[in-house]
Amino acid sequence: MNAVLLSGLLGVVMMFASFLFKTKAPVRMLAILGILLLLVVNILESNGIRLFHLDTTGFLAFSSYALFFNTIAIACTLVYFLISSKDMQKAGNHYAEYFALIFFILTGIFLVTSFTNLLMLFLGIEIISIPLYILTGAAKKDLKSNEAALKYLLMGAFSTGIMLLGIAFIYGATGTFEIAKMNIAGLAKSNLLTAGMLLLLFSMCFKVSVAPFHFWTPDVYDGAPTVFTSFMATIVKVGIFAGFLHLFYSAFEPVALQWKLWLAILAALTLFIGNITAVFQQSVKRMLAYSSIAQAGFMLFALVALNETGHEGLLLYAIAYSLATIGIFGVIAKMTDYSFDGFNGLATHQPLVALCVTIFMLSLAGIPLSAGFLAKFYMLKAVIQSGDYLWLVIFGVLMAAVSAYYYFRVIQAMYFKQGPNHFSGISSFEKYVLVGICVLIIFTGLFPNVIFGWLYF
Amino acid sequence: MIALLLILVPLVSGLATFLIKKEAQVRTWSLLAAIITFIIAILGVAVYSTAGNWTFRADWMGLLNSSFSLRGDGMGIMLCLLTALCYPVIFLSTWTTAYKKVNNFFGLMLLAQAGLMGVFLAMDALLFYFFWELALIPVYFICSQWGGEKRIAVTFKFFIYTFIGSLLMLVGILYVYSHTPGHSFDIEAFYKSGLSIKEQTWLFWLFFIAFAVKMPIFPFHTWQPDTYQQSPTAATMVLSALMVKMGVLGLLRWLLPVFPIASYLNGDTISLLAVTGIIYASLIAMRQDDMKRLVAYSSIAHIGLMCAAVFAEDKSALQGTMIQMFSHGINILGMWMVVAIIERKFGTVKISALGGIAQKAPALTFFFVIIAFANIALPLTNAFIGEFLMFKGILGSKVSQNGIWIMAAAGIGIILGAVYTLRMGRKVFFGETNALTEKGTDIAFHEKALLIIIIGAILIVGIYPQPFLNAVDQTSQSILKNSDVLPMLMKQKH
Repeated sequence: MNAVLLSGLLGVVMMFASFLFKTKAPVRMLAILGILLLLVVNILESNGIRLFHLDTTGFLAFSSYALFFNTIAIACTLVYFLISSKDMQKAGNHYAEYFALIFFILTGIFLVTSFTNLLMLFLGIEIISIPLYILTGAAKKDLKSNEAALKYLLMGAFSTGIMLLGIAFIYGATGTFEIAKMNIAGLAKSNLLTAGMLLLLFSMCFKVSVAPFHFWTPDVYDGAPTVFTSFMATIVKVGIFAGFLHLFYSAFEPVALQWKLWLAILAALTLFIGNITAVFQQSVKRMLAYSSIAQAGFMLFALVALNETGHEGLLLYAIAYSLATIGIFGVIAKMTDYSFDGFNGLATHQPLVALCVTIFMLSLAGIPLSAGFLAKFYMLKAVIQSGDYLWLVIFGVLMAAVSAYYYFRVIQAMYFKQGPNHFSGISSFEKYVLVGICVLIIFTGLFPNVIFGWLYF
Repeated sequence: MIALLLILVPLVSGLATFLIKKEAQVRTWSLLAAIITFIIAILGVAVYSTAGNWTFRADWMGLLNSSFSLRGDGMGIMLCLLTALCYPVIFLSTWTTAYKKVNNFFGLMLLAQAGLMGVFLAMDALLFYFFWELALIPVYFICSQWGGEKRIAVTFKFFIYTFIGSLLMLVGILYVYSHTPGHSFDIEAFYKSGLSIKEQTWLFWLFFIAFAVKMPIFPFHTWQPDTYQQSPTAATMVLSALMVKMGVLGLLRWLLPVFPIASYLNGDTISLLAVTGIIYASLIAMRQDDMKRLVAYSSIAHIGLMCAAVFAEDKSALQGTMIQMFSHGINILGMWMVVAIIERKFGTVKISALGGIAQKAPALTFFFVIIAFANIALPLTNAFIGEFLMFKGILGSKVSQNGIWIMAAAGIGIILGAVYTLRMGRKVFFGETNALTEKGTDIAFHEKALLIIIIGAILIVGIYPQPFLNAVDQTSQSILKNSDVLPMLMKQKH
């Protein structure tokens, strides 16, 4: 509860900050301090210290898993602020408001990870989505940004409608919004429930860009200002995934047989479309959009497996995928040419940055010693442990091999080709942050025990 | 302690190399690191050879039941020794080659060495997988940065091939892991996994593809000649002398004993692939005009024989395979050294462009002839011991009914081997000199010294193989014990 209230509050504070401070630097400092505070209060709550005592029975329940997930989301946002907050100035004029919107989105993520009531899920998803529409269109004078925002709004509103319809159907079948009171197992034969569940499934798939509901993703990710793409593709995405997993694990687990095969097929389709399309991209930014679709396919493994390992895997995925992607977008935001050719010869001009990007790419490709490997490893392990869907596992690793193709193209461009410098404007502090992200990625890859130590003990 | 040092010394010195700026310092430092590693390996074999010194175990990923577990058995120790011996020789023999960003090159080379040592010593499946990839990544960077004209595409093909293989193996590892008693990645637990015949069969192929790509076995070999040709010589030496051994070791340690029934059932199929590869590669080698490609294809043929011997599941075949792993490393390293010298002197490795080198460089010719004899397994050379034992094993195999046919086919491969190796020798070294070789000179003292090391290793193993046989005796016995199918088949029936 600490984090939910505080982040909402911080959002309001940041809105006022825009006319309190004349320059940008204090706004940025305030935002970073705010996120640090948020991290502290959330860790406090994980250790049982609640600052606010509100009765949320029947609406929200903060399990240790959800709290830990929130900690990761906040920590990743902190990293994101450190690396990208300066570049947000380039996106548009309303610097402080962007931070405010991001804090609101975080509030939504906290609701989505901890809901026990479908209304709260809906509320959370909406709190996440609406600020995102605004952020996507932040570059007001940029046509692509406008197009992306409009597309996102239309498609998002449509899928929200489907979600509401699904929730309504489920209400019709069970007579309640509260998950604990639903008695899903007793209603296994209810058509209304099945229909509602599938509608919910599809709308969630839309939100996390699972194929074939992914068509908005490349355009939106490509069109939005790079700094916001970074946030959208990472923290928001894994946040909604946590909610997705939470919903289907806590509510619909008894009727898993009805939807698991759907999900397995969707996962395979997502992996296939995401990876194969990414191979043909010429722009690294767009490639990352498709790669995020492909990675969503792997994250779906947690839902297919529906066990403890899958939950752990999603945590690792949240860390590994978010860190690496935030890092890469942090670099892309400082480039004038987003295409693969733009990366040519980066290793000669910026050896340290190139090394960091290499580590991010290796992690995304799932090479051992990186967090990304461990995340994929846990996902594969989860599905193998659940016993079924071995074909999905084998298909998954084949697709992971395909993904190595486009991730390594970036490495090849940086190291083995030559070209003019398209990269500029990195401060030494941001370099330290990049190196810090690399250290985190490798550390997580080597000693995942530390992460799980926090979760379990 | 020895086991840990063999990994740590190259790893730490490799990472440190990246930070050194001056070229001369980089070279001296990495050579020093390679020599120290070699001394440690020698000490490990000669002085501190107790099992305790070759065992190391530390907690690693407790929740996954995976530990940092290293142990040197006879085969592992021998391959570590080979790696430790090859590295200084490789560094010295390519000493004068100029590299851009020399510190990165040597750093990556040493990292690859750490990975190789790890693969040879790891006794935990997850750790094995980690090192397996750790050995691959540096080589990928070396070959694509410092290789020939078509390096990027060629190396990438190599990378994708091996990466697919290793990912499939990862699925296999995970599946076996989730079926071991007590969920452990430990090799002993893997040996006791007790999988059904059906499970073993498909898992067998997942593992086999990973190893087959690495070795390479027909039809997974297509990356190999291109990569050998395009890579910088030092990397080619590492790839062919050491990396291919990862695949063979994988077969012996992680395939045969983990999936004994499937190995028994699929053994003849694999042997068929292997002998097809032997004859196919030998025929292609005969038509090659490029010495590098010729050596590459000859390597496919040699590895094919080892693969067929592994699936004979016979003690002398396994012993022969292990000795041949060592010998093949030495021989092919010598071959590459000769090729590299010729390339340096004459600027080409085209057989048709060369000739009559013997008149100008008698010492080089002498060394080449001995290495060529070893390559075709003449008695008194190291390869003879290995190949003889392998043939004996294949013929006496209890698990295969077709030993005689496999042996006959592989025997043709040996004869063809003599044909293409001697043909290369005749055309390159003998006959009339031409405009290009007219100005040739003989090799310098340090090159002689290095080749003498190779010749020494060839002759020592060839004349007195007993210590090597003893070293791998225990390993081959325990592999056979773990992969004995009869009691398991009985159990499956009940």
